[in-house]
Amino acid sequence: MSGRDLRRLASPATADERARAAADHVRERALDDGLVDVAVGLVDGPVGELQVAVTGRGLVYVAYDDEDREELVARYAGALSPRIVRSARATDEVRRELTEYFAGTRTAFDLTVDRRLMHPFARTVLAATSRVGYGELATYGQIATRIGHPSAARAVGAALGSNPVPIVVPCHRIVGAGGRLTGYAGGLDRKETLLRLEGALPPRLV
Amino acid sequence: MVMRFLLVAVGPTDADDVFQESFLAALRAYPRCDDPRRLDRWALKIASRKAIDHHRATARRPLPTDALPERATGGPPEVDDELWAEVAALPPKQRVAVVHRHVLDRPYAEIASIMGTSEEAARANVAAGMRSLRGRLR
Repeated sequence: MSGRDLRRLASPATADERARAAADHVRERALDDGLVDVAVGLVDGPVGELQVAVTGRGLVYVAYDDEDREELVARYAGALSPRIVRSARATDEVRRELTEYFAGTRTAFDLTVDRRLMHPFARTVLAATSRVGYGELATYGQIATRIGHPSAARAVGAALGSNPVPIVVPCHRIVGAGGRLTGYAGGLDRKETLLRLEGALPPRLV
Repeated sequence: MVMRFLLVAVGPTDADDVFQESFLAALRAYPRCDDPRRLDRWALKIASRKAIDHHRATARRPLPTDALPERATGGPPEVDDELWAEVAALPPKQRVAVVHRHVLDRPYAEIASIMGTSEEAARANVAAGMRSLRGRLR
């Protein structure tokens, strides 16, 4: 009789499989019992698969698929709450609105945004950004002026780069002076895709 | 980690139930969790306590159900049947300590912290458990 005999009683593979099945039940029961603070889900679209998270206060983040998902969850567990579960059901509303937006049938989001992950300055910048409508563009300088800091165009750029809810808070509508497409946290290709979708840029001819 | 612990610490029949109860309890109690990012560690601690409670509860049941359902879950050869029966017969704290040490390979300091005992007590529980397993299985 050795430790190896004991380990053989439950192989890691068997345990993993059973843990996955049992974890599904835990998720459902936790949602039903109101024990969940953050629900995470996936949304498909023309800019890749998005990971979205909602809390009791609203949509808290939207992440492009080039970010490490496990790391994101770990980071938000620290910032928000460790009571995070993956749930398609609990993120349904976000999925519906984003899917309509990608299909071109929705031009404004009705989702409430949970602003807890935004720094105070970013909140001001992102609030001004939210007022730039579908298919419109504004420059960093214009946003800086609108929030009363006309010389802060660069800080505006940094705040937009920290936007935890891209697409829904439309930081892709903010461009450089003269309409140049400059930085975007999700990459310039995605910024372009979103602006073409909204008709703010001419559709690309193949 | 928690499931592997429970499969041996409470047996395959009840592992799923205790797993669910442990994580739900961890979610309920998380504000008291030492490191909220490690919900699994926290759940393992709760699972250890539940495993011990579970044995006390089943021990009070009139029918000797301990070994039979575990054997009935199929797969393992007869040698394991014998081992299962002996593991199930260990006193709860020894069984839990033995599983932490020899199935999950945890250091004694961690076992002590998970089980809320001193490190010496953790060592003593593991040693006593292994001694009776070795004594009965040759």
